[in-house]
Amino acid sequence: MVLRRMSLVGDALSHVALPGIAVALAIGVNPMLGALLALTLAAVGIWYLSDHSEIYPEALVGIFFTASLAAGILITPEVELLEALFGDIDKIGPIDAIFTFIGAVTIFAVTMAVSKKLLLMVVSKDLAKSQKIKTSKIDLIYLLLVCGVVALGVKFLGTLLTGAMVIIPAVTAKNIAGNIKAYQILSVVLGTLATAAGILIASYFKFPSGPTIVLTAISFFIFSFVFKKR
Amino acid sequence: MTVSGLSVEFDNHTVLDDISFAVRRDSTMAIIGPNGAGKSVLFRSLLNLIPYKGTVSWSEDTRIGYVPQKLAIDKELPLTVYEFLSFKEKSRDKILEVMGAVGFLKEANHIHNDTRVLKTRIGNLSGGELQRVLIAYALLGKPNVLLFDEPTAGVDIAGEETVYGLIHKLKADKDLTIIFISHELEVVNKYADSVLCLNKEKVCFGPPKTAIDKESLEKMYGEETHIYHHHDH
Repeated sequence: MVLRRMSLVGDALSHVALPGIAVALAIGVNPMLGALLALTLAAVGIWYLSDHSEIYPEALVGIFFTASLAAGILITPEVELLEALFGDIDKIGPIDAIFTFIGAVTIFAVTMAVSKKLLLMVVSKDLAKSQKIKTSKIDLIYLLLVCGVVALGVKFLGTLLTGAMVIIPAVTAKNIAGNIKAYQILSVVLGTLATAAGILIASYFKFPSGPTIVLTAISFFIFSFVFKKR
Repeated sequence: MTVSGLSVEFDNHTVLDDISFAVRRDSTMAIIGPNGAGKSVLFRSLLNLIPYKGTVSWSEDTRIGYVPQKLAIDKELPLTVYEFLSFKEKSRDKILEVMGAVGFLKEANHIHNDTRVLKTRIGNLSGGELQRVLIAYALLGKPNVLLFDEPTAGVDIAGEETVYGLIHKLKADKDLTIIFISHELEVVNKYADSVLCLNKEKVCFGPPKTAIDKESLEKMYGEETHIYHHHDH
């Protein structure tokens, strides 16, 4: 997302999860499933429109995703709203944990499998196409991967803050990494560190976990920024 | 490669109109024309990057290497030259071989010609360095056809000579068909076996010495073309 300059799409996409969570809660299924379904629909929608229409993607994102957020807030039961918006680590049960683990491993494997093609597309879509890479297919896989990440994150960080963890560790890594390998490793390490440290700080001070994790990640970012400027 | 009746439209606006020509194996063809003549669009059609009407047929064993005109690469993109080249080729020896072919050598006397460039982020390369790296990239995978979009654009004078000299040298070494876009007639006369003059439609086609005459120049560039013609680099 960061390298493709789609950071805000990642953030806005996470808002789409809210109506999915609301509907899932209303009919009594796992909210993660509802989020995943809503996100998948949105991703296929973005993919189709960016391939088949002239609409400027940024405007599309602005309209479509804020609409989802508004609709989601209206239909989410009030008692669940705070949790849906900001997440709550205490509500994550063993089934969620297994679900998350399997999902994360799958996403990681698929990402590694398509990463060369994705990166070549960042350098030049024409160059990728001239090598017979099916760029449209890779784009769809990529958007579905982002959906997967967001769906796994919403229970944890909520629909408003999940986007932050898609963006911040990667931007921080970009500040300090000199090559792609370092960038990929640092993104993962920084994301994990910020999450672990955020949870510890939150539990010590009795803060809500989501915002604490995001602010911890932001502090890493500021540090990397100063480090880079020197 | 044979092109027949090729037309391209963008939003009901004709960019290329009924273009037909053929390129023989192991020859060098130049495409010339003014800005907006559709040269890059023609290239993109040959590469099947955009929709078009008509037919483009390549010989079956064709392996194309494509050198795009310029790439807007984010300076901050943490991708090194080596990582970029390894998208196409795993073997370090083969990467060093193509880097050598474009003038990046081990322990060169100057930083611009040294394989240390492999560790540089591609967004930080100079125009000439980037073009040579893109040529190296195109050379990986043993192509027998090279498409160059304006090889000189963005390269300094010294580098410019290297790029055309390189094209010439590559051809001498092996079976290689080269199609390049240019707007410099001197270069076209010196290196191309055939030339396609383009201004939305085909203005002329044939050996440069006979195809490029006063009439075709006027059709492409208007009345003042003699200035363009004698412009010396």
